[in-house]
Amino acid sequence: MSTEQNKNEQWEIWEVFLQEKSGEPHSHAGSVRAADKEMALQNARDVYGRRDTINNIWIVKTKDITATNIEDKTSFFDSTDDKVYRHPQFYKLPDGIKDAFKKR
Amino acid sequence: MVDLELTFEKNLSIGQKIEPRDWMPENYRKQLIRLISQHAHSEIVGMLPEGNWITRAPSLRRKIALLAKVQDEAGHGLYLYCAAETLGISREEMFDQLHTKKAKYSSIFNYPTLTWADIGMIGWLVDGAAIINQTTMAKCSYGPYSRGLLRICKEENFHKIQGMEIVGILCSGTNEQKEMAQESLNRWWWPSLMMFGPHDTNSPNSSDLMKWKIKIKSNDELRQRFVDMTVEQAKVFGLTIPDPELKFNTETRSWETGEINWDEFYSVINGNGLCNNERISARRSAYEDNSWVRDAATSYKIKKNKKAEAA
Repeated sequence: MSTEQNKNEQWEIWEVFLQEKSGEPHSHAGSVRAADKEMALQNARDVYGRRDTINNIWIVKTKDITATNIEDKTSFFDSTDDKVYRHPQFYKLPDGIKDAFKKR
Repeated sequence: MVDLELTFEKNLSIGQKIEPRDWMPENYRKQLIRLISQHAHSEIVGMLPEGNWITRAPSLRRKIALLAKVQDEAGHGLYLYCAAETLGISREEMFDQLHTKKAKYSSIFNYPTLTWADIGMIGWLVDGAAIINQTTMAKCSYGPYSRGLLRICKEENFHKIQGMEIVGILCSGTNEQKEMAQESLNRWWWPSLMMFGPHDTNSPNSSDLMKWKIKIKSNDELRQRFVDMTVEQAKVFGLTIPDPELKFNTETRSWETGEINWDEFYSVINGNGLCNNERISARRSAYEDNSWVRDAATSYKIKKNKKAEAA
C-alpha cells in the first residue's frame, strides 16, 4: 500500500449519538472523522465526552443515514393533519365527568 | 426557486434553525463557511500560545488545568470543522486555507505569551471576550453552528475561571507577582478589545450577517459589555486598565475607552503580528510531521477490509 495512494483517501464522517444515562434516549451530538469504527468510537469519546458522564455511544456512517427529503416535507407529512381523531381533544365527554374524581 | 427563498426567509423570521439539507442562498453558505472555519482555525491556533507554558506551569495543579484547557480547544476546533463540513467544504480544503495563510483566525493569537501571568490574562480576557461572542452567536440561525457553540459555551467557563484564579493569586502575592500581572494586562488589554472586530461603522459584512441571523449583536455592543464587566473585575484584582482616557459615563452607566489602535489591528490581521509566521509554521509542521499517523490508520483500515472480504 503506497502512502501516495493513502493521502488522497479522506477519512469518513461518522455521526455520534450519546446516551448520558441508562434508559435515556441516544441523542445526536455531532460528527467525527475516522478511518474505521473503533477509531470513530474513540474519537467520539475524546471529542464529545470529556466532561459529562456518558453511558453509551452509537456511531453511524453519515452516508448510511437515510432522511426524509426537506423539499417534500409537506407532501410527506401533512397527511397527519386530517387525523384529528388520533388526539383525545377530538372526543366529547359529558359535563363534569373529568373533574368527578377530583371532587370526590 | 422563488418558493425556496421565501421558505428560507420565513424560517428565519420565525426563528427556526436552518439545517444542512435546507435550501439556502449561496452567499449565506459562503459567509457561514468563512465564519465557522475562521472560528475553527482560531481554536486550533489558540492552542499554541498556551501550549508554550504547559511544560513550565508552576505546579501540577496548574499543569493539569492547562492541559485540559488546551485539549478543550482542540475539541472545540473539531466541533467547528464538523459544522463547517456540513456546508460542503472539506476539512483538507480548510486546513489548506489555514496553512497557506488564505484563511484568517483571531488576531489575538499572534501575540506572544512571555510570562506565566499571560496564561491568567488569556483565561480572564481572551476567553472572557470569546464567551461574550459565543453565547450571543449560539442563538444564530444555522443549526450545526448553533449546537456546536452551545457545547463550547458549556465548557468555556472553566477556561475563564481558571485564568481569573491565576490573576487573583498573582495580585495577592509579592510585589514582583503583582507587577507581572499588571505588565501582562498592559500587553493584553488592547488586543482583547480588538477581538470584537472593527467598529460597526467599519464592519463591511455586518448588515447581511445580521439579516440572516448569523450575527446577532453588533461588534461595538459586545465590546461594550466586555469593557463594563472587565473594568469592574480589574478593580477587585487591584489592577489598572492601561487606558488614561477610560471614564465612566454616568448617563449611560457604562465605561468609555480611548480609541483602539486600528493600524495595529489591521497590521496583525494582514500577517505582520509578532507571531503570525511562527503560528502557521507550527501548524504546518504539526500537520506534515504527523501525516504518517493518518497514513498508518488508513492502511490499517484497508488491510482489515481486505481480510474481511477474503473471509
